[in-house]
Amino acid sequence: MHRSRLDAYAAPKKEIPRSVYLTVSATVGVSVLLLWCLLSYGGFVRSDFLPTPVEVLRAGVDGIQDGSLAVNTAASVGEIMSGFILASILAVPLGILMGSFKIAEAAIEPVTNFIRYLPVSALIPLLILWVGIGIEEKVTVIFIGTLFQQLILVADVSRNVSSDLLDVSYTLGANRRTVVTRVLIPATLPGVVDTLRVTLGWAWTYLVIAEFVAANKGLGYFILNSERGLFTDRIFLGIAVIGLLGLITDQLFKLLRDWLLPWATESR
Amino acid sequence: MTKLKLDKVTLEFFPRTGAPVLALDDVSLEVGEQEFAVIVGPSGCGKSSLLRLVAGLVEPTRGAITLDGIPVTRPGKDRGMVFQSYTLFPWLDVRNNVEFGLRIGGIPADKRRHISDHFIKEVGLEGFESAYPKQLSGGMMQRVALARALANDPEILLMDEPFGALDSQTRSLMQELLLQIWQHSQKTVLFITHDIDEAILLGDRVHVMTARPGRIKERVEIDLARPRHVDLLTSPEFIAIKRRIMGLIHDEAVRAMR
Ligand SMILES: Nc1ncnc2c1ncn2[C@@H]1O[C@H](COP(=O)(O)OP(=O)(O)OP(=O)(O)O)[C@@H](O)[C@H]1O
Ligand SMILES: [Mg+2]
Repeated sequence: MHRSRLDAYAAPKKEIPRSVYLTVSATVGVSVLLLWCLLSYGGFVRSDFLPTPVEVLRAGVDGIQDGSLAVNTAASVGEIMSGFILASILAVPLGILMGSFKIAEAAIEPVTNFIRYLPVSALIPLLILWVGIGIEEKVTVIFIGTLFQQLILVADVSRNVSSDLLDVSYTLGANRRTVVTRVLIPATLPGVVDTLRVTLGWAWTYLVIAEFVAANKGLGYFILNSERGLFTDRIFLGIAVIGLLGLITDQLFKLLRDWLLPWATESR
Repeated sequence: MTKLKLDKVTLEFFPRTGAPVLALDDVSLEVGEQEFAVIVGPSGCGKSSLLRLVAGLVEPTRGAITLDGIPVTRPGKDRGMVFQSYTLFPWLDVRNNVEFGLRIGGIPADKRRHISDHFIKEVGLEGFESAYPKQLSGGMMQRVALARALANDPEILLMDEPFGALDSQTRSLMQELLLQIWQHSQKTVLFITHDIDEAILLGDRVHVMTARPGRIKERVEIDLARPRHVDLLTSPEFIAIKRRIMGLIHDEAVRAMR
């Protein structure tokens, strides 16, 4: 009996009871925390390599009190949102065109594929030369890094819209314009939201790299600056804040999708 | 009265890579007013292509297609189509799916509502007006697709293996439902299937196609009395027709394998 249940949990792609799911998640989470406590409090790792959880919390309280956390978080969030929104505004319509109109594909895809494989970090020196080291540089790095990934992903979403769906619209009397506005675009929405959700996560990577190279505020700067003073607790704090922000935006996207597109099937 | 006429229609595809594909070769076909015409043929013989030609979704390489004597040049709402794949708009509920054609045709809301009420009832989906496609079963989705095509009041209804993806019980129910609706609406229907039982049960006339390149191999008149029901499947007359069509298809299937 006991054996057979364990057996059932080991089957690929099968649902497991929610209680089991939560227990496993909680156990792993607590274990990681315990391991951290053991290593730090037990003195197995030097404290300037690995701070204790309480030290990180204290750094957090300090950061809130002296305002440095808010300033740096606000700077990073501002930069990321500017770059991300600008990229999305351009990438979504162009990507939809690219996936469904061969002529747009011919025009945009070769360039996109070339730039997409350039690590955006390789462009940073050039961008500093062009736009300086202010907020514009971060926004540009995020913009370029996100735009081309989004283009490819949105184009794929658009390409995967069933042509039968478009064809049936024609047989219902729709003209091309109507098919694009009333069928193609709505059909891409769930995939577009998923793409935005994934690429926003990537945008954090580009931002932190940009801030490592040159910045005087932002969470990347906060982390790098802490490293210079060997404030490992603050490094951990910076990383935790980024992780937390990522988690929050991801959940926001999920809510947005459920609220805006209740008709869509579950996201991948 | 001839409703739909295909005159020596040839369709060739020119794929970007590889040799041209001759899908249909010199196909001539007539479907009368209010006739229920069925096309059967082995897989890949060009059945869907033929329907897409009539729908105006592809152009013939040679030959002419006319509906009521008017050449078919592009898709239009006078030729409603139901696909084998599920083609409901996932972001519209049942009512708005059914009203899609009416809405883009500029029909006022009260009239749309009247029409959609009627056809939702015809396909037995009262109470599901505000359900989204993801909440419906396959059979229900195809019923909505049928209602959506009928709501546009087309001259001819084109159906490409609409019940092909359904389990056999659901398929039987759908066949009876379609026969009922056809009897009420008196629409001309061009129906494609590879299910011989389905072809005989539904059709006034069954056109058997050859393996690729598709040609019309034979026309079989189905003079079984109407209204027809599923229990007809075991009657001797039915079985005699079935044996004949099976023989025709079998030859083609064998030819296609070689
Ligand atoms: N766009 C296309 N380009 C190239 N070849 C095509 C195209 N569409 C169809 N064909 C080919 O034309 C032939 C007929 O295709 P069609 O889909 O009409 O057959 P079918 O009888 O509907 O097949 P099935 O029973 O599988 O539905 C097939 O060999 C197919 O591969
Ligand atoms: Mg087909």
